[in-house]
Amino acid sequence: MTDWSWLVPLPVVIPLFAAGLALALYRRPRLQPIVSVTALSLVLLASVALLVIVDDGPLVVDVGDWAAPVGIDLVADRLSALMLTISSAVTLCVLLYSLAQGRDDDEESAPVSIYHPTYLVLTAGVANAFLSGDLFNIYVGFEILLAASFVLLTLGGTGERIRAGSIYVVVALLSSVLFLVAIALVYAATGTVNLAQLAIRLPEIDPGIRLVLQVLLLLAFAIKAAVFPLSAWLPDSYPTAPAPVTAVFAGLLTKVGVYAIIRTQTLLFPEGRLDDVLMWLALATMVIGILGAVAQDDIKRLLSFTLVSHIGYMVFGIALSSDAGWSASIYYVAHHITVQTALFLVVGLVERVGGSTSLTRLGGLARVAPVLALLFFVPAMNLAGIPPLSGFLGKLGLLEAGVHVGTPLAYTLVVGGIVTSLLTLYALVKAWNKAFWQSPEVEPRPVRLPFGMVGPAAALIGVGLALTFAGGPLYAYTERASEALVERSPYIDAVLPDGERGTGDSADVAEHDDRISIDLGGGDG
Amino acid sequence: MIDMTPNVVLVVTIGVLFTAGVYLLLERSLSRVLVGVILLGNGANLLFLVAGGAAGRPPLVGVEPEGQMSDPLPQAMVLTAIVITLGMTAFLLAMAYRSWQLHRHDEVQDDVEDRRIARLAAIDERATADDDTEEGSETLDDQAATARDETGDGQPADEVRR
Repeated sequence: MTDWSWLVPLPVVIPLFAAGLALALYRRPRLQPIVSVTALSLVLLASVALLVIVDDGPLVVDVGDWAAPVGIDLVADRLSALMLTISSAVTLCVLLYSLAQGRDDDEESAPVSIYHPTYLVLTAGVANAFLSGDLFNIYVGFEILLAASFVLLTLGGTGERIRAGSIYVVVALLSSVLFLVAIALVYAATGTVNLAQLAIRLPEIDPGIRLVLQVLLLLAFAIKAAVFPLSAWLPDSYPTAPAPVTAVFAGLLTKVGVYAIIRTQTLLFPEGRLDDVLMWLALATMVIGILGAVAQDDIKRLLSFTLVSHIGYMVFGIALSSDAGWSASIYYVAHHITVQTALFLVVGLVERVGGSTSLTRLGGLARVAPVLALLFFVPAMNLAGIPPLSGFLGKLGLLEAGVHVGTPLAYTLVVGGIVTSLLTLYALVKAWNKAFWQSPEVEPRPVRLPFGMVGPAAALIGVGLALTFAGGPLYAYTERASEALVERSPYIDAVLPDGERGTGDSADVAEHDDRISIDLGGGDG
Repeated sequence: MIDMTPNVVLVVTIGVLFTAGVYLLLERSLSRVLVGVILLGNGANLLFLVAGGAAGRPPLVGVEPEGQMSDPLPQAMVLTAIVITLGMTAFLLAMAYRSWQLHRHDEVQDDVEDRRIARLAAIDERATADDDTEEGSETLDDQAATARDETGDGQPADEVRR
């Protein structure tokens, strides 16, 4: 069998190198786009290849040939390969969209020379977080993508963006500190930060300390994923950024947090002691998020609130901690990344044509831009979960999993999920009616929409529809992914073949490693 | 087994750093928040040092006796964390300066749109207005008072009775 593990680091390495190249080419605005589009296309190819290959078993790379528990390892299993594929498809579409916007607009909203390197660094950070098999390396991945997102969110440095950026940056830094504290305590308790080794060692420590570690990690990730009540920062900060930036943030950044929750809950804390708490949080996130969306006038803020609300569905799937729950949750993440990004891209187009994002001021767009009406309608219905679109399949899977678990709390969540879905439909149909059918105060002038912007948005909607038609195979894939997650041994065996160390070349140095395996209070617990 | 009893001075220092950091983080001025973030970051870094066990000899294989080395891994992680905190601090500083350039202060302001929606909710007004929005402040009670009985050919109920 051919060894394909050289593919694993590519989604991190290619964008980083391309970022350097794009930065060096800052005086050549024509070459920069070529570099970044090529890089992200290659990443997409590598991710698709990984998606196919890791179906036979996880691929592991010990970076620098240092054996796993001591060195850093990158692991591609079904979950991370699926996340990578969806995220690289989305980042490529958004990049093409922003290029067309840059060609068509004035300097004010156009991508400046720093845009390309930063965007590439962002994708590298996302890929690093998805692939990392090491808690500290996940932290580094988070920091890479956060640093890039700070720059993208405050592009141009206008007063409004600085205001929104301050909130985002402070909240992000706080969650980073929490994550760092959690890592320090994990290391103090177990003497390792390698996920596979943690999976072996965590059951050996005191249950109370294990619970503290779980809560700390969940807290750090829940801020990133915008789970209520840690979600207030999101609708405050996302809407002010340029449309493509908001789109990629909405699609990807919260999902990195959700991915981290899925990974740590399955691999490190499989006994699910916080499931009931997570259930309540999921319910609150769904219902309060969507009630916020219903109240909004600005369409970007409305979408930001639906984003928060639908994170609740994923947390619901996670909290069920059954095979079906994980599987539906993973499918829902894939669906939600594409559909939410597509909606934000279309809203960028709406803003172009209508000159505003306020639902009071917008109107009559159906006459001026009928294509746009369709482009907004399809992902909106998809998000609300109208059959037969992928949103329906995702929600159906979650509800089935909830009914299958069958506790009163799970049934409450099922009802909450249906109510949220209906309210999403209400909020989006209201937005659609107002933007496209209401008689406008000022008749909008016909604006030619550049194909470069419509094309990528339509392509993303196409991906969303493809998730519907490929629903069967994709669900089968997520089911296999969740089986491996629940089983845990495929991941651990791939990283530590002999249960002790990885395949790297540092065995003689690491012999003494066992001495670090002490627990904080584990002995007397 | 390494001696894992933490140094009490370090533990107290971490506590003080975190307390002061959290307090400063709750301020409105960005530069105070910045100082708070730095304190929190340093607290976390010290926590890593505690996590590495007691201090020992430099971790050089072949030079020092193996039993007396300190654990090098947390030090590597602290180093990474320090570099990251440095970068983030620089960015936050730039943002505070930009805010001062624009507004002559660096206080984080409330979201205007959020405030507007909250005010509308407080006076029970809808957020969006359109053709369907009814003018005037007629409440359900007002409507009920003038409601017409359909059986009376569109006449108000009291007129039919008369």
